[in-house]
Amino acid sequence: MACDTWTEKIDAYLDGELPAAETRALSEHLQGCAACAAASLSKLQQKLAVRAAGQRFTPSAAFRARIQQRIAARRPARWTRLWIPVLATAVVLVVAAAISLSLNRSRSRDLQAMSELADLHVATLASSNPVDVVSTDRHTVKPWFAGKIPFTFNLPELQDSPFTLVGGKVSYLHQSPGAELIFRVRQHQISVFIFQEQALGNAHPADGARTALSFNVRSWSHNGLDYFVVGDASPQDLDKLGELFKAAG
Amino acid sequence: MDVSAADLQPDSFEELAMPLFEQLYNFAHWLTQNREEAEDLVQETYAKALKGFSSFHAGTNFRAWIYRILRNTFLTSRTGLKATMTVPLDPEEDGPELAVERDTPETILFERSDRELLQRAIDELPVYFREILLLCEVEEMSYQEISATLAIPIGTVMSRLSRARRALRDTVQKMHGVEAKA
Repeated sequence: MACDTWTEKIDAYLDGELPAAETRALSEHLQGCAACAAASLSKLQQKLAVRAAGQRFTPSAAFRARIQQRIAARRPARWTRLWIPVLATAVVLVVAAAISLSLNRSRSRDLQAMSELADLHVATLASSNPVDVVSTDRHTVKPWFAGKIPFTFNLPELQDSPFTLVGGKVSYLHQSPGAELIFRVRQHQISVFIFQEQALGNAHPADGARTALSFNVRSWSHNGLDYFVVGDASPQDLDKLGELFKAAG
Repeated sequence: MDVSAADLQPDSFEELAMPLFEQLYNFAHWLTQNREEAEDLVQETYAKALKGFSSFHAGTNFRAWIYRILRNTFLTSRTGLKATMTVPLDPEEDGPELAVERDTPETILFERSDRELLQRAIDELPVYFREILLLCEVEEMSYQEISATLAIPIGTVMSRLSRARRALRDTVQKMHGVEAKA
């Protein structure tokens, strides 16, 4: 290879950028070529001189401290970064536990309320005086409650339905007075309880169907009142009676 | 200084950037030729780098990345704009390399040159020669790193570096001539 070709590669050679094979070849060439060796030495001297001269400016300690302070100010503390996910996880767990506890308590209170209503229904069935106002006429039964309970309600029109109104009485749930209305459908008796929503407080039951002590229960809320239909009649009968109440508003 | 994605933690900026502080400052001072401006430049560089650290691609070269920020910040500064506007553009960009003049006393030129004269000679170089010389000789960056820092192809790195070295030799030689006459 001619010297001119090698000369062009001396910079890359000294910068350590020449491929290994060419580096070896150029090293061998320099051993036998005085001109290229001199050029190489000159460039090496320049390179080393510039490297030494280039290390010229040193920042002050105060400036370094200032920069370090600024970086530290923007950086969240290590413990904060470590604790953020831990705290987040803990918060999620606590919230989940609280929700679960709340749901369990709510479910427990709901079941408790249903059991109490079933007990009231059973007590009515077992009583020799199951109702305080005996009438099949809703226009008699409804006014009877006036002054006895702190709210009013509508009774459904039962004509063309399999239900017969037997009567009603004042009942208590969680120390709150409410209405208990007795209906008959074939050989079954059904109690319809009406209480103010605050009577059950946090135990306010969700709308829907469930069973308590083998009795079927239907419940819903309307106009600030909780309605519970409890009985051993078929679920369809309870649904039908419930619909009649809902239609009556 | 390649950084893997796993290393890219929020506080790794400090770990990556602070070891480069002295060198960044030295480079900034060479570019600005003024202590206060160099401090401002380094400070702005760190602020920009810290702010944009999330956009830094793990696995790429951090040193080239932060030097590039510093250089771009300098070029858009008043001093940088002045420096680039008062010197002609590199006229031989990508042109052929000039042959070395072997009959000149270059072999002893830098041996005789004292440090201060050489520093003055580097100061006199246009910015685009000064910066590439410093990145290669002082920062000991590879051609690849210089290419990434200056955003130019490797071929241009090689040709510009070659011309910068030639320009420095000429400047030093001229200074020696002036000193000899004086």
